Amino acid sequence: MKKSTRSLLLIATLGLIAIYFFPFWEIALEAPQYPEGLGFNIWIHKMTGDLRTINGLNHYIGMKTIEPDSISELRYMPYILGFLIFFGFIVFIFNKKILLLIWVILLLIAGTAGAVDFWMWEYDYGHDLDPTAAIKVPGMSYQPPFIGSKKLLNFVAHSYPDVGGIIVFVVGILLISLLVYEYKFNKVQNA
Amino acid sequence: MRKQYKLTGMLILIVSIMILSGISSCSKKDSQGPMLSGDEASKVYIEPGKWDEFYYFVSGGFSGQIAAYGIPSGRLLRVIPVYSVNPENGWGYTEETKPMLNTSYGFIPWDDSHHSELSQTDGVPDGRWVFINGNNTPRVARIDLKTFRTVEIIEIPNSSGNHSSPFMTPGTEYVVAGTRFSVPIANKDVPISTYKENFKGSISFIKVNKESGDMNIEFQLITPPYDYDLSHAGKGPSMGWFFFSCYNSEEAHTLLEVNASQKDKDYIMAVNWKKIEEFVAQNKGTMMDVKYAHNKWNEETHMGTSEILTSVRTLKPEDIPGCIYYMPCPKSPHGADVDPTGKYIAAGGKLATIIPVYSFEKMISAIQSNQIDGNVGGIPVLKYDACLAGEVQNPGLGPLHTEFDDKGFAYTSAFVSSEIVKWNVETREVVDRMPVYYSVGHLSIPGGDSKKPWGKYLLSMNKMTKDRYLPTGPELTQSAQLIDISGDKMKLLLDFPTVGEPHYAQAIPAELVTKNQLKIFNIEQNKNPYAIKSVNDARVTREGNVVHVYLAAVRSHFTPDMIEGIKVGDEVYFHMTNFEQDWDIPHGFAVMGNQNSEMLVMPGETCTLKWLPDREGIFPMYCTDFCSALHQEMQGYVRVSPKNSNVELSFGTGNKAPAGK
Repeated sequence: MKKSTRSLLLIATLGLIAIYFFPFWEIALEAPQYPEGLGFNIWIHKMTGDLRTINGLNHYIGMKTIEPDSISELRYMPYILGFLIFFGFIVFIFNKKILLLIWVILLLIAGTAGAVDFWMWEYDYGHDLDPTAAIKVPGMSYQPPFIGSKKLLNFVAHSYPDVGGIIVFVVGILLISLLVYEYKFNKVQNA
Repeated sequence: MRKQYKLTGMLILIVSIMILSGISSCSKKDSQGPMLSGDEASKVYIEPGKWDEFYYFVSGGFSGQIAAYGIPSGRLLRVIPVYSVNPENGWGYTEETKPMLNTSYGFIPWDDSHHSELSQTDGVPDGRWVFINGNNTPRVARIDLKTFRTVEIIEIPNSSGNHSSPFMTPGTEYVVAGTRFSVPIANKDVPISTYKENFKGSISFIKVNKESGDMNIEFQLITPPYDYDLSHAGKGPSMGWFFFSCYNSEEAHTLLEVNASQKDKDYIMAVNWKKIEEFVAQNKGTMMDVKYAHNKWNEETHMGTSEILTSVRTLKPEDIPGCIYYMPCPKSPHGADVDPTGKYIAAGGKLATIIPVYSFEKMISAIQSNQIDGNVGGIPVLKYDACLAGEVQNPGLGPLHTEFDDKGFAYTSAFVSSEIVKWNVETREVVDRMPVYYSVGHLSIPGGDSKKPWGKYLLSMNKMTKDRYLPTGPELTQSAQLIDISGDKMKLLLDFPTVGEPHYAQAIPAELVTKNQLKIFNIEQNKNPYAIKSVNDARVTREGNVVHVYLAAVRSHFTPDMIEGIKVGDEVYFHMTNFEQDWDIPHGFAVMGNQNSEMLVMPGETCTLKWLPDREGIFPMYCTDFCSALHQEMQGYVRVSPKNSNVELSFGTGNKAPAGK
């Protein structure tokens, strides 16, 4: 691989480390009674924000309480990320195109699995409602959007990547570009 | 014919009287108030959802409370209960707040709160606390502006009628408490006619802890038996001194209206508190046996505690030579007000026709050059002319109280002539005057008694309103009038009714208070001994005939909401913890037939309401604060059985509810 490819992939690896220190995703809720805003952030290993208040409000529609302790992804995701970072250094040290290819495939699998898991989690919270809930609107479910904004009763829910999510996105684009470059334009097979 | 003329003449007379009286009544109404220029409304209009520029903390007088208004709109933001019980939120009724109203006389549900005073740093209001005096049963209270709650009340021993209070030194080192009534010290059974031998005045210096705000009485000055009325601390060049007005130097004990108005001079008492600190450090004076209550609120336990203290340091003038002087002051002074530079002291003699303005510098040289004109009760009296910078001529009748702007002007309220008079501090010339409606007592400019007045507004606090508002029978409201003082001429902007009688107010730019606001109490840090940390801990326990209900409140239900096994004659304590952690979601609690109030519990807080059920039956309880869409569903039942019943104690909510027998 070219020297510049190697430096960029080192930067990408270091970028992944930043995900431990920044929230990954943000869900914000908007309503007239909450001029100060209401929402929570999903990190690789925890959730922060107004969970208590949101759970309090959600009980009216029979939504399950959001308990970070019971979300197993928050426990194993940091290790998966750790492995991917470790693999990044391996690619950097051994400097093989094929390793880069494997790494990008692993990252894509992890990313897709994460996104699907997140969507399923949202679906479950939005649809699996307590039948004895105080507020029941026929045909209504409360799944927040995957990305974007959606009106849910009196709230408008916004779901967008946070700093960590943006980093992943940038890293992903960068690595795919490097991969394409290496396989298509850099025909010299270096050791 | 003659008769006809007479009739016509009478008719003309009647008609003309009607017209004249009509005109005069019209013109009476029209003349009420200075010329309005028409743009007043835009100056006091605050758009819905926007905030006012200043907080005004207005004392409630006989209501015993303090009210926070937004200025310039005049919107009432909150009435903060201080000395008076407040069934609206349970202040003085809940078990946690009862100790706050304890005194050496026991629980007192009321007081007369006169003067609010904001804490200062370097002579400028800092927005941390507001202090207010209790006039009747002498006390000083401190309100925390983080929570707008009364967090401390200290009783003042050897005092009676704590009027000259709670004025403070520029760094909030001390707040003072001067007695209005002189009484025997220590109080004892003597003929009232022995006033001159047996009665004394007292001035207490209450030290304020810089960090916590906690108060303790550092020392008391025992003074001649006059009526100590108002006071203000020196600042800048006069830092270290305190000036107290006093009247009744006649030492009258009956018909003071006449007997205390005979001399043509009373006094301003100048006290060098910095120098007194040195004597206190040398352990001068007498530790006297007294009894007074010191009540403190703990924000972590959400509980007040009351302690009875038994000793205070008293200092007689002879214990502290060179620390106290009297400056003669015409007649029966009320205000003793120090200008922002600290160079001048203006005094308002209620019966005087001039305002004396003393020069601090001249006072010091009068002391140094021994310009003494006698001695009363061991206190040297300085020569009037030797201390005087000048007199304000024609300041209105009954000048009471003076505050200052940031452009070198002073504003004095005149009760009798019902006007505000503006004068130049350096030249003592009156430059403007304005009528107020009616009979102004104090006035207030934001920072107007500090080093840094924000000279934009002046609030005139009026004792009478007569025809100013829609009438409400014989008992009418008092009022406040907002005056624009930013230009050369004063301009009336707004006129609004107040809560209780506004004796005095202090104001501060809003951002100095809003930046410290607390929104909720963190439930993780709730150390109330009866708090529950989880809804699963909600329970009912019995110890003899005392029943403790550990109640959880969260939108929109109580846990438990069914309680059985309570018996007639039980003493029931509802300890309610509000599990919300969201701003502005209090829950209330009330139970039918409770000879007590309701209570409001803020998010994260625990409060306790006592109930003595006296008959059997079913007693609903419910949330009194409209907390949510299902607030009306936030209710429960308590079953009360006869004293000898064998209904077992049981409780629950929803699917954990007791089946009952």
